[in-house]
Amino acid sequence: MSKVRVLAGTRKGAFILESDGKREKWDVSGPHFAGWEMYHIKGSPADPNRLYASQTSGWFGQMIQRSDDGGKTWYQPGTPPGEPAAPGGMPKPASNKFVYDASPATGKPLTTHQWYDGTQHPWEFKRVWHFEPSLSDPDTVYAGVEDAALFRSSDGGQNWHELPGLRGHGTGPNWQPGAGGMCLHTIILDPKNPQRIYIAISAAGAFRSDDGGASWKPINKGLYSQYIPNPTAEVGHCVHHIAMNPSRPGVLFMQKHWHVMRSDDAGDNWTKVSGNLPTDFGFVIDVNSHEPETIYVVPIKSDSEHFVHEGKLRVYRSRTGGNEWEALTKGLPQKDCYVNVLRDAMAVDSLDKCGIYFGTTGGQVYASADAGDSWAPIVRDLPAVLSVEVQTLA
Amino acid sequence: MFMIRVALPFHLRNLAHVGSEVTLEIEGAVTQRSILDALEARYPMLQGAIRDHVTQQRRPFLRFFACEEDLTHQSPDAALPDVVASGKEPFLIIGAIAGG
Repeated sequence: MSKVRVLAGTRKGAFILESDGKREKWDVSGPHFAGWEMYHIKGSPADPNRLYASQTSGWFGQMIQRSDDGGKTWYQPGTPPGEPAAPGGMPKPASNKFVYDASPATGKPLTTHQWYDGTQHPWEFKRVWHFEPSLSDPDTVYAGVEDAALFRSSDGGQNWHELPGLRGHGTGPNWQPGAGGMCLHTIILDPKNPQRIYIAISAAGAFRSDDGGASWKPINKGLYSQYIPNPTAEVGHCVHHIAMNPSRPGVLFMQKHWHVMRSDDAGDNWTKVSGNLPTDFGFVIDVNSHEPETIYVVPIKSDSEHFVHEGKLRVYRSRTGGNEWEALTKGLPQKDCYVNVLRDAMAVDSLDKCGIYFGTTGGQVYASADAGDSWAPIVRDLPAVLSVEVQTLA
Repeated sequence: MFMIRVALPFHLRNLAHVGSEVTLEIEGAVTQRSILDALEARYPMLQGAIRDHVTQQRRPFLRFFACEEDLTHQSPDAALPDVVASGKEPFLIIGAIAGG
């Protein structure tokens, strides 16, 4: 029987939630890395027991954790599992060493971006927001970091190298941090075209590479952002998240700061599909794994009030690829609820019916085993949830 | 050769899989730099957690104490007190008391 494993990153540790295919009874393990901010945990599609976790702290910086047994044990890549390295016996580890590429060989080393006050500011590494493991190689993984850049490891997370073509695109001086920092938070690998990668940055926008990450183009045509001097600028848009159904990699859905958008041409053009949503501000968006025109968002009241609208936690579902939305409320609190759902905190499994999962800043992780018709909390009282990923296991 | 003691904060102990205090052998002068070099060589999972990989600058929310003194802003190459070099007193790495 199939199983599902939900990987929840929180402000104070990581939690692993496991169930059989019925998705009714859950085993909860954790906190792993108690007390640390766990920005993201994600498993390799090529080896579900291989997990990568971003462990961060304002005191101690960035750590990379890796598990080779589905989250039972963890270690920092480059150190032996569970054991400190013998003196002088190990190569110098660099799993948490993220150094921006400033070599002349990359063409245009870029050293500044726009700061909150409009001045230019040097790039400074702060943390990893998102891991995207390769679809085919467990040892290859991409990392989206703050300040925004894309890194790749091809040795299981031991060493990281920037893909400098993204920052070298030339628009960097117009990139700027959002309230949460200038983060590269979305990485999507095209399952039908290994050379195609999508990324998104707050607040720069979406970019696409068609040559494996060597060069990039902004794909923000059709976005409209009132909070930048030129609302239709090539870059500067605060894209919150992008989702894709693997069966249709050219169709993308975006939750922008305000506005829900879709593209049917791999991001070249975007159309607003907010339709009848009560508010189209939000962070998460995802696509049903079996119905590529069925999408989910959680509307948030506004950019000034980061909690759900009217005190009601409602997932909105569109079965028409946007514009026509229905509120999904069964099992979700419908009064006095003021949580947020952050950008990487929604995921879908591939069981039938599709399971939908999301975590809140109030510490709940909710699951639906019927494509959103009804919901139940897996856990209610975790620390604020930063990210949710799910693995469907054979 | 000196055998010195280093007290670690909670999260660094967990990263290194050690108790609250570790002992390290130091060859040559006992300084902040030589202690941190030896600590990171013995426990490489701490690299980057106390000082930046590239700049070697101390992380801003960490401080270094010994003998009831704050040594944080002393030169990293200044000799530490004899009682630290002899192991009588530990070198303390302290995380700032702040945050939630």
